[in-house]
Amino acid sequence: MNNSLLIVLIASGVAYGTPLLYAALGELLAERSGVLNLGVEGMMLVGAVMGFWTVQRLHATTGVALVAAIAVAAVAGAMMAAIHAFLVITLRASQIVSGLALTIFAGVYGLSSYLGNNLNLADQPARHSFSAVFPSSMQKWPIVGPIVFGQNVLVYVSWACVVAISLYLSRTRPGLNLRAVGESPAAADTMGINVTAYRYVHTIAGGAFAGIGGATVTLAITPQWVDGITYGAGWIAIALVIFAFWRPELCLVGAYFFGALEALAPQLQARNIQLGPTVLWTSSLPYVMTILVLVVVSSGTARRRLGAPSALGNAYVREER
Amino acid sequence: MRVTVERRLRQPRWLVVAVPIASVVFALAVAALVLLATGHNPLTTYHQLVDAAFLQTGSLGQTLISATPLAFTGLAAAAAFRMKLFNIGAEGQMYMGAITGAAAGLYLGGRGGPSAFVIASMVVAGCVGGVVWALIPGILRAFFKTNEILTSLLLNYVAGYVLTYLIFESESYWRQTKGFNATVFPTGKPLPHSALWPGWTIHAQGGIAVPLGAGFGLLAAVVVWLLYSRTRFGFEAQVLGDSDRAARYAGVRVRRKILSVMALSGAIAGLGGASQVGDFAHALDGDPNGLQKQGFGYSGIVVAALARYNPFAVVLVAFLIGGLQNAGNTLQGATFPAGLVGVIQGIILFSALGGELLIRHRIRIGRRVKGPAPTSPEPAA
Repeated sequence: MNNSLLIVLIASGVAYGTPLLYAALGELLAERSGVLNLGVEGMMLVGAVMGFWTVQRLHATTGVALVAAIAVAAVAGAMMAAIHAFLVITLRASQIVSGLALTIFAGVYGLSSYLGNNLNLADQPARHSFSAVFPSSMQKWPIVGPIVFGQNVLVYVSWACVVAISLYLSRTRPGLNLRAVGESPAAADTMGINVTAYRYVHTIAGGAFAGIGGATVTLAITPQWVDGITYGAGWIAIALVIFAFWRPELCLVGAYFFGALEALAPQLQARNIQLGPTVLWTSSLPYVMTILVLVVVSSGTARRRLGAPSALGNAYVREER
Repeated sequence: MRVTVERRLRQPRWLVVAVPIASVVFALAVAALVLLATGHNPLTTYHQLVDAAFLQTGSLGQTLISATPLAFTGLAAAAAFRMKLFNIGAEGQMYMGAITGAAAGLYLGGRGGPSAFVIASMVVAGCVGGVVWALIPGILRAFFKTNEILTSLLLNYVAGYVLTYLIFESESYWRQTKGFNATVFPTGKPLPHSALWPGWTIHAQGGIAVPLGAGFGLLAAVVVWLLYSRTRFGFEAQVLGDSDRAARYAGVRVRRKILSVMALSGAIAGLGGASQVGDFAHALDGDPNGLQKQGFGYSGIVVAALARYNPFAVVLVAFLIGGLQNAGNTLQGATFPAGLVGVIQGIILFSALGGELLIRHRIRIGRRVKGPAPTSPEPAA
């Protein structure tokens, strides 16, 4: 039963969806403060390459090496986000173009590839990687075994992050302030909230999450480094925030749905199931589905911009109010 | 001491030129730091770069090969970005133009039509391929208000899969199926002679081949310039970019404008794809390490932004960035790691963006002048 296509798809959907979830949570934090960061793909790739580098070069036990790798990936992602934050918050540059610049700078053709080549990381298996935490007897339990107990530690941490961010936004003072900054920075400023500081902190924290998301790819899903290994996951994560109406719980659902779509191609191939030009259909599926869901979401409920922070995409200049 | 940033009433002309140049210089300085930090000597690297891009024998010809597609993707980005319509899909639209352009060349060239007719058909087919692919995000934006940035970008990945599929994973019309090599490594079917685009040769540096596509690129720049500076169409598009509401009140048909600007942008990118086939590859290049590795669509955004969306400046900047890209291809190796080109381009784009602040605003350092505070010329909407 645990080998049925559905169970396997859900279980690997959770695994494949985890990088998307981390990246989407990070983007959500930034967007809630009013900063759109289109550089997620670039930040993920830099996090992915730096995390992988740490694991290859740090001589330590598996546990220490992996924790250090995640920390390095988070810092790397945060540094990338800091560039974007400086440009759009302090220099008031266009958030769209600056985000694209970040993707070009850090992405497939940029820094991540440069680092991967310069540090000679390609074509080697990871020395340490994340694996399932629970004993294999528990993983054999029907249904919940593979789906809930067959995952690595990053998956469980991501669940904690969803709960934490959800509570942060709805139950804490800084969370309330953050929402105020994203909805109406002028009103927040009048209330005495430091708009600039909130935007910097959350944009940079968002970068750290994207970096961890990238490291999830190179340390848990496919433990190796290949140029552009995230294959557009960063862009799907940005779309996910829109589908999720800027709510962390819904990010989780969306991430697993798209994770399952990504898992579909290898699973069908493993089972020798042919659906027409299989390779083309299944590999394009996550992208095409993202577009279709975007269309549904943007033409229906979100016509009223349900959940979108009102100040998203706008620089805040006190003198110009 | 305090630093104040004020909006400029007028933007001095010299700044519009000086800031992009300063951006490039600044970017090279920052990239030098990246090189130093990763154990390379920036002076040697830059020396090699300039040599490989513009100075050594045959380098200018090679630079033109990179600059031609960049002129198309840069113009495609500039045409759309001017209306604040962010078509990030030039990459995919270019692949589609290559596919349709190659189809026209293979089919009509194979039936033995006159060369001029075959080439003209390839141009039209390339444009059509790009337009069709660009109209997907265009229609979604116009009728469903779907974010065109995400849709056009995601379609790049799909177009890449289609391109690879046609050559590597199927026995399509575009694939070479005869001969020994075809069984070893899949390639595109070579175009018949009448479908090859002619070029001119400049007798310098041992012969610089100017491809026909470069001519089309110039023509496209003239068309975009005329449209945006001399026609009602371009004026309305720019009004729409500045203020959606103002355009609506003025009676601009917004949907139609989105569709036509998207189509224009896609047509230019698609023409770039046809030029790839007719000018350079002479077959459909489906190799994931070939055309897809160049990222012309994304570099086009850098070109357009650095040119501040001015079509003639796009052509000039495309030549410079083309030199950088060509040097990256030629030098790729231990002293010039892959990815460096993207790093430099990214920093150039960052500094061009930061430089916008200097063009739009005046920065005063020191105490405020006494007297009435300067009022901002245009309150934020």
